[in-house]
Amino acid sequence: MIKVSGLTKTFGNIKAVDDISFDVLEGENLVLLGTSGCGKTTTLKMINRLIDPDAGTISINEVDTSREKPELLRRKIGYVMQNIGLFPHYTVAENIAVVPRLLQWDKKHTINRTLELLKKLHLPENYLQLFPRELSGGQQQRVGLARALISDPDILLMDEPFGALDNVTRSSIQAEFKALEEFTKKTILMVTHDVQEAFELADRICLMDQGKIIQIGTPKELLFTPKNDFVIRFLDGQRLALQFKLVTIEDLWEFLPEDPRHTNKTISADKASMWSVMEAFSADRSIEHQFFVNTRTKTIKGLNFTQLTNAFNSYQNKEIHD
Amino acid sequence: MTEQQQTLWSFMYEQSDKLLRQTFQHLGLTFTSLLLAVAIGLPLGILIARKSNLAGSILGIAGVLQTVPSIALLGFMIPLLGIGAKPAIVALLIYALLPIIRNTYTGIVGIDRSIIEAANAMGMSKMQILFRVELPLAMPVLLAGVRTATVINVGVATLASYIAAGGLGEFIFGGISLNNTNMILAGAIPAALLAVLLDFLLSRLQKLNGKKLKKVLLTFPVIIVVLAGFYLWPNTYTTKLRAGFTPEFMGRQDGDLGLKSIYGLKIGTTVISDAVMYKAAFEGDLDVISGYSTDGRLKAFDLRILKDDKGIFPPYYAAPIVRESSLKKFPDLEQVLNLLAGKITDSVMTDLNYRTDYLKQSPERVAKDFLLKAGLYQPPRNGQSGVIRIGSKIFGEQYILAEMYSILIKGNTDYEVATKTGLGGTKICFDALMNDQIDFYPEYTGTGLLVLLQPSPELVKEITKDSHRTYNYVKSAFQKDYKIKWLMPIGFNNSYALMMRKKQSQSLHITSITDLTKYLAQK
Ligand SMILES: Nc1ncnc2c1ncn2[C@@H]1O[C@H](COP(=O)(O)OP(=O)(O)OP(=O)(O)O)[C@@H](O)[C@H]1O
Ligand SMILES: [Mg+2]
Repeated sequence: MIKVSGLTKTFGNIKAVDDISFDVLEGENLVLLGTSGCGKTTTLKMINRLIDPDAGTISINEVDTSREKPELLRRKIGYVMQNIGLFPHYTVAENIAVVPRLLQWDKKHTINRTLELLKKLHLPENYLQLFPRELSGGQQQRVGLARALISDPDILLMDEPFGALDNVTRSSIQAEFKALEEFTKKTILMVTHDVQEAFELADRICLMDQGKIIQIGTPKELLFTPKNDFVIRFLDGQRLALQFKLVTIEDLWEFLPEDPRHTNKTISADKASMWSVMEAFSADRSIEHQFFVNTRTKTIKGLNFTQLTNAFNSYQNKEIHD
Repeated sequence: MTEQQQTLWSFMYEQSDKLLRQTFQHLGLTFTSLLLAVAIGLPLGILIARKSNLAGSILGIAGVLQTVPSIALLGFMIPLLGIGAKPAIVALLIYALLPIIRNTYTGIVGIDRSIIEAANAMGMSKMQILFRVELPLAMPVLLAGVRTATVINVGVATLASYIAAGGLGEFIFGGISLNNTNMILAGAIPAALLAVLLDFLLSRLQKLNGKKLKKVLLTFPVIIVVLAGFYLWPNTYTTKLRAGFTPEFMGRQDGDLGLKSIYGLKIGTTVISDAVMYKAAFEGDLDVISGYSTDGRLKAFDLRILKDDKGIFPPYYAAPIVRESSLKKFPDLEQVLNLLAGKITDSVMTDLNYRTDYLKQSPERVAKDFLLKAGLYQPPRNGQSGVIRIGSKIFGEQYILAEMYSILIKGNTDYEVATKTGLGGTKICFDALMNDQIDFYPEYTGTGLLVLLQPSPELVKEITKDSHRTYNYVKSAFQKDYKIKWLMPIGFNNSYALMMRKKQSQSLHITSITDLTKYLAQK
């Protein structure tokens, strides 16, 4: 869907983006991850031509973006700004309707679509007549999302869309967003410097440092087969938590012992992460076994805490040696 | 106080048609120039917000233009645009430009970059960003600029009357030269009220936001055009010839009022400053002007004086008027000042004025040349027994006389001299004398009588028939009322006179004011 190759941008003597290439597949959610100043925003802005690259090409659906008129290109791409960037002189309704107005939608269509999005993003309708300064940061961020989503673009560029929020609000907005059909259907290129968020939302992660791509791959690949020391160090301190959250009982299935017992209190093995199972054990000490059903093989297995950790150990070994 | 107020009200009531016309002219001038200033300043402000390397120079130029004194700016305009509305509007426009350019620029540049970037990211074109984002967000700052410009323009527009562009300055400056407080106030109060009112209205506008502001702003140009249209308010009726009279002349019995009542003269008249009047007559912008009979420009611009055949212009013999206390303090003073008595005739004075006004010789040089020729020159003695303060009004003849007195005092006494030239009109000079800020200045008998003493019209008519009676009357009245002494007259009579271009007066066979009246009365 999006194909980036040899992209380079220099500001003065700072190489903000240094010869990077990657693809974003249709419907995929690719997360650009990296420390502050590594060139994430610059990369994102070059895709909708807010910044012109010094070298390299970008094509969307095999069409070179440099051949398109920037305004027309941008109207087809949803963009969520790093610092929200709502228009202070427009109401919430007018802010959301910016792109429809550029596309000359009729008013009714715009209003219907706005109301639909408000519902999805859990914003009360009576906010429509308020001005951005009357909203909280989180509410502003939702309006920013609505503004990017309103014209239902195929591609969404999001620059730290959940940044500058407290942890609780952030995880709830993340969760809501993840549940939206827009999230699953659209091709999304998202920027974050938050490792947890990247692992939570990404199909694939593109880890950057000083304008270069260090490793690009699925969350599991980054965790279990880090390409170099930088990747290892980047995940230091969070590795175990990330692994526990990422690995499901279904992943561990082959390392779990057969269990002849049957029960109807089973959990889907692909929905249960290591993390959630361990939390259940630690929350209620009286539980000895938990039972899971593998929906693919239609088998059921039970396990206790020791069996779980053993299976995880074996899984880890296998992943690393693969 | 109540009496004063009543007379002010009755003056305003009496002159209400003039007041109304001047007020509308004032508004018209202010808003026409404002409209043009916005039309020029707004795009310039936008331009320098885009190309910041131009910002310094354009703001610099506008800033320098703003520091040019208003009178000088009006003066510069005359050779380029003549007199009347055009140069006045251009001058006002120049003053209004800086606040509008600067505020447009700072308003746009001050917008948070991320908002502009968001507008870009949404896919707005440059024009859409300008009209939907930049201008609305810059509007409060921009309007503050318009507000500043409006208030400046209301103030500066009072000076427009100097170059025949009308406005409330006609009353203000007429009042100052006529020593008529009511007249000054009748111009100054409405001008101040206009400034306050417009400032208030624009401040309200600034506070509006969003939709309402948009609506008001859409009607704004209409309002401005209507107000600017007031400038076309019938200013004067038009006649075959056009007259330009000074504000002072307009309000005087021995001026425009007398011309109307005694000669029955009907002529389309504009009010104009003495500084530009002669040139305007020379260039054909005006046909008849109210000049002074010894003015050097009479010679320079080839004008001729129309004979005052009914004798409405009283004699204006010049003589130094001195504080009696100063005469006591400086015993040698009177004798020295009288050295000049009877030495300068009308034609000599016209020639001296011609040298300063037209040949641009300095008053010092002209004064010294004359004294040398007349055998009165003595090199300065550099004495140190006290300083004599000489005043003068703000025109060439007075500068020359002040210089002559200065040279005479320095050469014939041990006093030092401080000249306070350019004390504006009669009122300012006379107040300075009364308040002991100067010791003497040259005054004219007619001015003393009509501007300062203001006896009853009957008495004036009676006295002014004879120049000696006039002199004797002012001399004794000043002594009695003000403790000021009129010394001996210098000799020349610088009275009011109507003048025309020599050529035109010949071709129309107009040699007297009666001829002029008759000519204009013909269909
Ligand atoms: N307009 C610019 N002019 C000069 N330097 C810039 C500009 N934009 C970015 N840079 C520099 O380029 C580098 C990359 O910037 P970029 O904004 O892409 O970082 P980022 O990865 O998005 O960082 P953050 O997580 O802090 O947003 C930084 O060193 C930054 O200082
Ligand atoms: Mg960034």
